[in-house]
Amino acid sequence: MRAALDRTVPGDDLTPGAGEAGGADYVDGLLAAFNFDPPRVWAGGPTSGRHGGAATFDQWLELGPWEERAWRARIEEWWIIYETGLATLGEDFLELSEAEQSERLSTTSKEFRELLFTHACESLYGDPVYGGNRDGQAWQAIDFRGDVQPRGYTDEEVRAP
Amino acid sequence: MSTPVNGTDCDAVIIGSGPGGSTAAHVLTAAGWNVIVLEKGRNHLLQLTAPFAPMGHFSNDEIKFSQRHFLGPDSALEPRTFRRDEADGDRFLTGRVNSLPSTVGGGGVHADGKLPRFREVDFALRSDLGGVDGADVVDWPISYADLEPYYAEAEQLVGVSGEETNPFAAWRSGPYPMPPGADMFGALLSSAAAERRGLHPYRAPSGVNSVPYDNRPACNNCGFCAFYGCPIEAKGDPVALLRRALNTGRAQIISEAYASEITTDARGTRATGVRYLDLSAPITDSGAPPVHEIRAHHVVLAGGAFETPRLLLINELGNSSGLVGQNLMFHFQTLAVGGFPERLWGASRGRSVTHLHDDHIVGDDAQTAAARAADLPWLRGGIVEHGGAAGPILEALSYGANPHHAASMRASALRERLWVFTMQGEDLAQPTNRVDLDPSVRDAWGFPAGRVTYRPHRHETATSDYVGPILEEVLRDAGAEWTVVSTSPPVNDNDRHPAMGHAPVSYHIMGTTRMGSSPESSVVDSSGRLWDLENVIVADSSVFPTSTGYGPTLSLVALAARAARLAAGVPLAPTTPAEK
Repeated sequence: MRAALDRTVPGDDLTPGAGEAGGADYVDGLLAAFNFDPPRVWAGGPTSGRHGGAATFDQWLELGPWEERAWRARIEEWWIIYETGLATLGEDFLELSEAEQSERLSTTSKEFRELLFTHACESLYGDPVYGGNRDGQAWQAIDFRGDVQPRGYTDEEVRAP
Repeated sequence: MSTPVNGTDCDAVIIGSGPGGSTAAHVLTAAGWNVIVLEKGRNHLLQLTAPFAPMGHFSNDEIKFSQRHFLGPDSALEPRTFRRDEADGDRFLTGRVNSLPSTVGGGGVHADGKLPRFREVDFALRSDLGGVDGADVVDWPISYADLEPYYAEAEQLVGVSGEETNPFAAWRSGPYPMPPGADMFGALLSSAAAERRGLHPYRAPSGVNSVPYDNRPACNNCGFCAFYGCPIEAKGDPVALLRRALNTGRAQIISEAYASEITTDARGTRATGVRYLDLSAPITDSGAPPVHEIRAHHVVLAGGAFETPRLLLINELGNSSGLVGQNLMFHFQTLAVGGFPERLWGASRGRSVTHLHDDHIVGDDAQTAAARAADLPWLRGGIVEHGGAAGPILEALSYGANPHHAASMRASALRERLWVFTMQGEDLAQPTNRVDLDPSVRDAWGFPAGRVTYRPHRHETATSDYVGPILEEVLRDAGAEWTVVSTSPPVNDNDRHPAMGHAPVSYHIMGTTRMGSSPESSVVDSSGRLWDLENVIVADSSVFPTSTGYGPTLSLVALAARAARLAAGVPLAPTTPAEK
């Protein structure tokens, strides 16, 4: 999984790849969301604690009964897509060169590649509480502070170049 | 609460807790009525016991709000369908179509709160400008002067920051409650360039606190504004209204309550209450949620211009005119995008939009000439929003999988170096554009999905064709190295993969129970009551006879306040222009 994520949204000298930054934990966390109570679908709020305030993002929010039904069904569909896709990549995937890995990836279904790409982007540039973007490394690379409550920005910072 | 009143549970049951429903709840409870507000979505907004503190669920979290549709609706439970016209068959696509939030607070939660008023001419387009072939251009049954007292009340209640520098603005009876908030750096560049082009940009009136107001703090410019709930309650709509209603002790909010039936008396001339599905109950083997009934003297419909006509059509009520669902209008969006050499920070600091200009609504000689050239009597565009782009996940998705993805993200051509003009173009009413019931797609509870049939009028595309190049010119003068214009919906049927999809992405939706002066030509009367059921009020943007080129929220709040005040017998006195 990690290698597949790194081939999909690769890193370079300055930015980690999606897999390198914990993307597999992101996907595992999502597929296993209902192993936790509350399920790990929506992180809590209002503040992460990184810019003042209490660290509350890890206090996950409850789903309503119908939301739970919809999310269970959605995650089950993703399970199947991942299982099929990873099977196509094969057990020897890690032994391949990066170029061969990319070639192998291109033989998987469009559905799998699209899901993998979406989750790679979410994991790498989303909040670290979801398992990816380890230590906010990807945000640092793009000069993005992420959540900034309750500090925010001063009016002068908003007006400034 | 909800003590029985003459054999009923409340004076009014309000369906929908967005800007319209929350306004009705505030006005009616202030007038001494007991109300029950039904909301089909979850409550993430405020605790329902005093002092009605924030739930603390809103956060600067792009995954939660943008990728995992925290504010609902979940299209797996509540699908909607879309087609351009009958040639597309029963439907062209199924899924998310204009999915305004389904949550306590409704669309007010995710809006970044640009709250302009309409102008005098907007209420009298037919009389002042005349009709357009193929469109149903009408006058409103009320004038700007009729609505002004309620505009002023709406601005005070929500808390609007703004300044009186827009030369085209209608008269006002008093000043804005707050001065404008901080200008975004990018908006300073784009508004200076707009002025050089002879346009008249001004600081957007915003339902966002620039100073502490109504026991809520000033905005701290966190950058997560449009499409996010505000973690610090600096956005007043609709939390200020709901909290006021709850503070009277005469309002009860029931979330996860899906209104399915409007009950009527034997003659079918008065509503007697509402039945709703309790979606908070554990799901049983049958899958059928428990049904509860509320008996009420009045029913207020405030589910928005998609859900309100859908509920009436499902119940076969209010439709003696045959117009329920017809004349659906969106704003026709023209997006001019410019790429800049430097970072503008529009995607991460400040409110999403801080400046507007109205020039393409008002028009000039060149715009009139463009209308003539297009064989149209006139062209009317909309407010142009000067704003930034979206968060880093959306940017990352836009690059597609490629070996240079990391470098693209650091350069941020499509986020921090992007500036966007969005014109909310006036959309002319056409009876063929409508919300009706899909013949076979159903929601999770067995009710027909709403279906949008929509194709823009030639007026909208001609206006967009005229304004788009002007916006590109301004962006280039502001420093953009490249520009591109697109529209939503796309105008070319042959475009198989339009960037923003085939259905309109505008959340401004209007017109589906239009207000008018006769029961043959409209669904509600000038006070917002259904012609067919005198104790049913529509308090959302469904009632708009025209779309105008302005964001609808302040006007729908003012109309809801007016309708509720007229129903409760406490209208506001007429106003006059304030001395400058």
